Order: sequence, then structure tokens, then C-alpha cells
Amino acid sequence: MTNALTVTAPEGVPFIDFEREFDAPVSAVFRAYEDPELIKQWLGPDGYEVQIERFDFRTGGGYRYIHRGPDGEYAFNGVFHVVRENDFAIQTFEFEGFPDVVSIEAITFEDLGNGRSKVRGHSVYPSQEARDGMISSDMEMGMREGFDRLDGLLAAA
Amino acid sequence: MVKDPDAEERLDRAFMALGDPVRRGIIARLSRGPATVNELAEPFNITKQAVSRHIQVLEHAELVTRTRDAQRRPVHLNAARLEALTAWIDSYRLTHEQQFRNLDSVLAEMTGDDAGANEREKK
Repeated sequence: MTNALTVTAPEGVPFIDFEREFDAPVSAVFRAYEDPELIKQWLGPDGYEVQIERFDFRTGGGYRYIHRGPDGEYAFNGVFHVVRENDFAIQTFEFEGFPDVVSIEAITFEDLGNGRSKVRGHSVYPSQEARDGMISSDMEMGMREGFDRLDGLLAAA
Repeated sequence: MVKDPDAEERLDRAFMALGDPVRRGIIARLSRGPATVNELAEPFNITKQAVSRHIQVLEHAELVTRTRDAQRRPVHLNAARLEALTAWIDSYRLTHEQQFRNLDSVLAEMTGDDAGANEREKK
């Protein structure tokens, strides 16, 4: 069974929280967040190629990556404020299409025992508008993927 | 990320309307079928007038509608409007869900885990 993802975006505060469990030890999950070769394989929406320009997952490090899809290129960058192995990280996140709108994300890695683990994320946006804008841009992408699938179905019919 | 101010305002109204336990209770009741003000007031320890005011707020937020059915005037759930609200957060969730499913596959390859292998087959 797929582990459920919980996302909450409460009204009145510019936060997004998520929680997700994994059928893998916390050390493996941490490595998948740390190693650019592994990140490439999971980060970003389906149908987009991820080009990682730099990715230095350690305290004081930083990153920049580009999603390439049928509708163009989207670049993201940020710095790693703190990274503690198998435990905790704080990073900034900026979509270069909206420069200077930077969110801060705290990521907690938790060992659940029996080879299972949990990742929790807490993102703080500079304003409610910025957070809602982020959610609606994903919504556009989700809808686009939905229409693409519909196109596929119609072509097959 | 172009935002429609009208849509934003409607979203604000809807979330504000849902930010109250009595109104959420009314929505939950209406999800099982239309009901009159009297029927809606029953489970709550408040006056019929108070329930009417709550219904007005929900009506203004387009979450419910009332038909002119003689004296009864039953309240209906505007299911389409409610779905639009959940779509707002669901698509954000879906893109992230898909991303984490990819992470499952990566982890399964790293650890050679059987449960993870099943995830891969499903994709």
C-alpha cells in the first residue's frame, strides 16, 4: 500500500505542512535527499527532466536546479541553513520566476523503527498571497497533467 | 500564477464560512441530503434563528442553496463549489504525492526492499 501524504495549508497563516512515511530506514531517506544522483530520480513532476546545477546538502551549502518540461524551464535555488544527518534540515526555496519571494522550509527526518521512517516538512512563506500563489501554480500543473492524460485517452479512443 | 481576484474573494468567503464548527456540522449533515432549517437545528443546542444566520453565511459563500419549495424551503449542498475548494489543495497534494512515490522507488532500489518493489510495479 502507498504511504499517505498529509498536506495542510491552514487559513490565516502562510504555512504549508506535510507528513509522509517511507518503507525505508531514515538513513536511506536522508541519502535520497542528499545525493544529487538520487534526487534527480524523484524530485519534480512527471514528464520533467531535472538538471541539477549544484547541490551541497550540508550546513552552509546551497543548491540550484532546473525543471525542463514540454512547456519550458523552471529554475529553483536556495541555501541550506542547517543540515544534521538523519535528523533535520532548514533550507530556503526560491522559484526564479518569482524572484525574492523566498520560503523557509524545515525538514525533520524521523526513525520509526522496523526499517520505516517519516519525513515532516514545514514551509513558511513571506505572505499568505505567496503561499496561495505557490499552491495555485501547482494546481495549474496538476490540471495540465490531468488534461495531458485526457489527451492520451482521447487519442487512444 | 496569475490570480483571479474574484476567485480569490470567493475562496476567502468559502474558507471563512467553513471556519466554524456549527457550519461544518451543517455541511456534514447536508452531504447526506437536503434538510430544512428545523432539521438542521436539531443536533445543535442553539436557536433556530442562529441556525438561519449560519445558513445565510453558507449561502453567501455559495456552499449551499435554498429552493423555493413552499414552506419547507430545504437547504441543499452546492457540491460543485465544495469540490472546487478541495481541488485547490488536492492538486498541490497530488504533485507532491507523485514526487514521493518516485522517492519510494528510489528508496526501494537503494535498500532492495520488497514492499518498495511492489510500489514500482504499480507505477
